[in-house]
Amino acid sequence: MASALINVPKTAQRGDIIEIKTLMSHIMETGYRHTATGEVVPRDIITSFTCRFNGTEIFRADLFPAIAANPFITFFTRATDSGKFEFEWIGDQGFSETASASIIVE
Amino acid sequence: MRFGFVILMTGILLAGAAPAAEIAQAERRSGYSFMTPDTKAMQDDDTANPGMLWVLDGEALWKRKQGAANKACADCHNDASASMKGVAAHYPAFDKALDRPVDLEQRINLCRISHQQATPLPYESRDLLALTAFVAQQSRGAAIETGSDPQLEPFIAKGRALFTQRQGQLNLGCANCHDDNWDKRLAGSAITQAHPTGYPLYRLEWQSLGSLQRRLRACITGIRAQAYDYGAPELVELELYLMSRARGMPVETPAVRP
Repeated sequence: MASALINVPKTAQRGDIIEIKTLMSHIMETGYRHTATGEVVPRDIITSFTCRFNGTEIFRADLFPAIAANPFITFFTRATDSGKFEFEWIGDQGFSETASASIIVE
Repeated sequence: MRFGFVILMTGILLAGAAPAAEIAQAERRSGYSFMTPDTKAMQDDDTANPGMLWVLDGEALWKRKQGAANKACADCHNDASASMKGVAAHYPAFDKALDRPVDLEQRINLCRISHQQATPLPYESRDLLALTAFVAQQSRGAAIETGSDPQLEPFIAKGRALFTQRQGQLNLGCANCHDDNWDKRLAGSAITQAHPTGYPLYRLEWQSLGSLQRRLRACITGIRAQAYDYGAPELVELELYLMSRARGMPVETPAVRP
């Protein structure tokens, strides 16, 4: 039941700097922990986050085991055109989630 | 010389002073007010508050058909924003059939067993936390009214007795910290006043949502006493006392705490 919370302004003036906030549900298991019986808990993290705007990549981040559960990633961009932001999270054990949000630039 | 000893605990001195009375009405504060501006901002923004991930899951579960009866919560209770509004502000509440108080998690599981004919969800499972958070979030901002039912009085008294009773290897009661020393710090963290206004809540330390019972069990382990099992009547009585103590404060679910 992975789910994402996305906060993108619905509208903006052309040239405005806007903040994009994303929150993804994920346990971010480091791979360094052991169970009570001594077995290693396998690493299960998100390894990559990408944001595309109208098909063009505008932001990318690599994630590592030291990042806490439910990664919250925010960044700024300049509003140039109306369009669609597409977000993609890729991780261990076949994890792959997408989300999108639209903006109208006046 | 009865109080002539001091307990050395993780670098702070907790003097065994005479027990103070309950916190005065005017001095009562939510755990929220002890937090840093960053953590407050995290709770206040629904797209930054990780607890909302559980609320979203809970919303999906509310509509999902479950058990032999093949019924969803929504089939009886319809729109949660109307039917569940203010409900969590009354919990733990008295259950006539069981003749004792039940908390919100237990109420959800009782509903699953009797109306959905489904198996109860385990404590601290993602699904139970999600449903509880979703139901409780419908009461966000409502004033806590737990304990207004006179049938609860003996159970509140039991909860209060547990709260003040010294126990464990450190020989501490909850009140020794949360009534007597709430304005001080323990190993760098604010002690706070034990007003459970935002459960289930997201603790940064847990990196997860957790129930009030999880918090209580952690505190009991901290004073090196044997923690009660999840669902034990003692834990529900403690929850009941703490919620009745927070009467009048707004529900914050899903809150964020360090």
